[in-house]
Amino acid sequence: MPHYEPWSEDRARAVIAEFAHLEGPLMPMLHAMQETFGHVPDAVVPMLAEHLNVSRAEVHGVVTFYHDFRHEPAGQHVLKLCRAEACQAAGGDALAAHAEQRLGCKLGETTADGRVTVEPIYCLGLCATAPSAMLDGRIVARLNENRLDKLITEAQS
Amino acid sequence: MSIRIYVPKDACAVACGADEVAEAIQAAALTRRQPVEIVRNGSRGMLWLEPMIEVVTPEGRIAYGPVEEGDVEGLFEAGFLTGGAHALRIGKPEEHPFLAKQTRLTFARCGIVDPASYSDYVAMGGYKGLERALQLGPVEIIEEVKKSGLRGRGGAGFPTAIKWKTVADAQDDRKYIVCNADEGDSGTFADRMIMEGDPFELIEGMTIAGIAVGATKGYVYTRSEYPHAIAAMEKAIQVARAHGMLGVNIAGSPYSFDMEVRMGAGAYVCGEETALLDSLEGGRGTVRAKPPLPAHKGLFQKPTVINNVLSLTAVPHILADGGEFYANFGMGRSRGTMPIQIAGNIKHGGLFETAFGISLGELVNDIGGGTATGKPVKAAQVGGPLGAYVPTWQFDLPFDYEAFAAKDALIGHGGIVVFDEDADMPKMARFAMEFCSVESCGKCTPCRIGSTRGVELLDRIMAGERVEANLATLTDLCQTMKLGSLCALGGFTPYPVLSALNHFPEEFGAPPRLEAAE
Repeated sequence: MPHYEPWSEDRARAVIAEFAHLEGPLMPMLHAMQETFGHVPDAVVPMLAEHLNVSRAEVHGVVTFYHDFRHEPAGQHVLKLCRAEACQAAGGDALAAHAEQRLGCKLGETTADGRVTVEPIYCLGLCATAPSAMLDGRIVARLNENRLDKLITEAQS
Repeated sequence: MSIRIYVPKDACAVACGADEVAEAIQAAALTRRQPVEIVRNGSRGMLWLEPMIEVVTPEGRIAYGPVEEGDVEGLFEAGFLTGGAHALRIGKPEEHPFLAKQTRLTFARCGIVDPASYSDYVAMGGYKGLERALQLGPVEIIEEVKKSGLRGRGGAGFPTAIKWKTVADAQDDRKYIVCNADEGDSGTFADRMIMEGDPFELIEGMTIAGIAVGATKGYVYTRSEYPHAIAAMEKAIQVARAHGMLGVNIAGSPYSFDMEVRMGAGAYVCGEETALLDSLEGGRGTVRAKPPLPAHKGLFQKPTVINNVLSLTAVPHILADGGEFYANFGMGRSRGTMPIQIAGNIKHGGLFETAFGISLGELVNDIGGGTATGKPVKAAQVGGPLGAYVPTWQFDLPFDYEAFAAKDALIGHGGIVVFDEDADMPKMARFAMEFCSVESCGKCTPCRIGSTRGVELLDRIMAGERVEANLATLTDLCQTMKLGSLCALGGFTPYPVLSALNHFPEEFGAPPRLEAAE
């Protein structure tokens, strides 16, 4: 399970300082914020805007453009199911329906107990051993109902 | 004596349990007091056999696969360390028909070398291209690339040498080499495999490009979905720097070049080159209108070469062996080799590098062995989410940019996704529109609004509402998107939609194809 730090303005400043020397540093900074805090807190938007000398709206625009950046923390575990064509061709639709049914929530949602966030992902590049999934950064291919059940049980524990 | 065992670290192998297999081998060897050296190589590309481990024996490397954690004990008992017989024994990988039939240039080292080993790379011909490039100088390098006939492997097929010449001729204080490794197409994984299995090749290709056009800085923009590729690239960049092959005065020459890996954040459209540049700069990944071309005003408004991973990794071979050697492979205006990726519902999926000209049917049926489910093949989507569905009666189509274009299809990045007879074509058409609506950058109307209207139309068609009229509107909408969109996302989404409709009209409630008996 990933461990994230509680919000701290000083910590956020340190993250900004770490990437300040890069050309076009905003994306690396946003990734680092999410790695540190588990999401991109609203409070970093004005900090980044000030540092980069751009408007808050511009930073907000970037944060909201990309699927990866979370505006609030995810569940304790994140299960991503590949929903792209190669995985669909290999039975991915039925697996996604199975996961939704077992977790009692739709793709893109978090279970009521806050344990598991289940999300679609569009291609892990494991298309010859489809269907594929990713649980907290760990990739799994040749998914079937049995393997998916194991992943879900692991995520729920 | 320590026995060397290769256990792939390729993401596909890892996702099939390679890490656990490596640990089990280490543990079993320890129990038996048998010293082993486990090398984590890339994948050979026979992905249905992953994890495919290889043992170094006096006769050569002997492969076993697909190996699961639970097979390891049995492999030791069968004497696999000396190449012993076992149900999973494949023999010499290079003699396997899947590999023996290929012409591997870009993937020549992938799966054989330790991707983090500089000496492995050099021992297998690495940096020969750079060596020759340094002798030739910028003008001659571009001439060599021109002779090779290399065209952009990302999908557009634009001649690489022309792009390079434009950047070389541009005058500015700074120029960039950007590698488009934002391999978002479903069914493609060649960029990932080469970055994980032979990252120095990309470093060498980018370095040569830098020398050719006068750029000193390179960026590899890849996907957050590819953590293993990012780690392998970053490791190789460090090693290359330590060997003086990146940084100031590369290999003792007057040229300097260094590079960095940057990660996207899950936006498919960032695979479009101008959206990618905006993203690299730290903006929303919106598409830019051209002109100005990236070659004139690219990254940070500076002249920029932006090439796909497979274009850049072809370059070291072109320089080492000469452009004419490379151009000897292929057909028509499609020269050289193409790393083709066979995926989806496929029995023998993997990476198949071959000269242009091979037929789609040979790839899917003979090499790929048909579907994994054993049901008849219905169609193959070639070229990712924006590629056409090619029905089996067009499987004689040769892999060639122009031949595909003539059939309203595209090669794209060389990915083939195979579907069996259960594929629901209206649903796949709807998916294409839905994907476009979710991933559209929003800059142009045909893509942003058109894709949403497309989903609605397909919903009505699938519900049987005024089918004929709605199909006419859908066809018209597709035409508008094709002609009016700013980039390939909106412009090519009609390909999967219209190909599904034209080849399988009865599934949409339209009259069957007239030429069905062709």
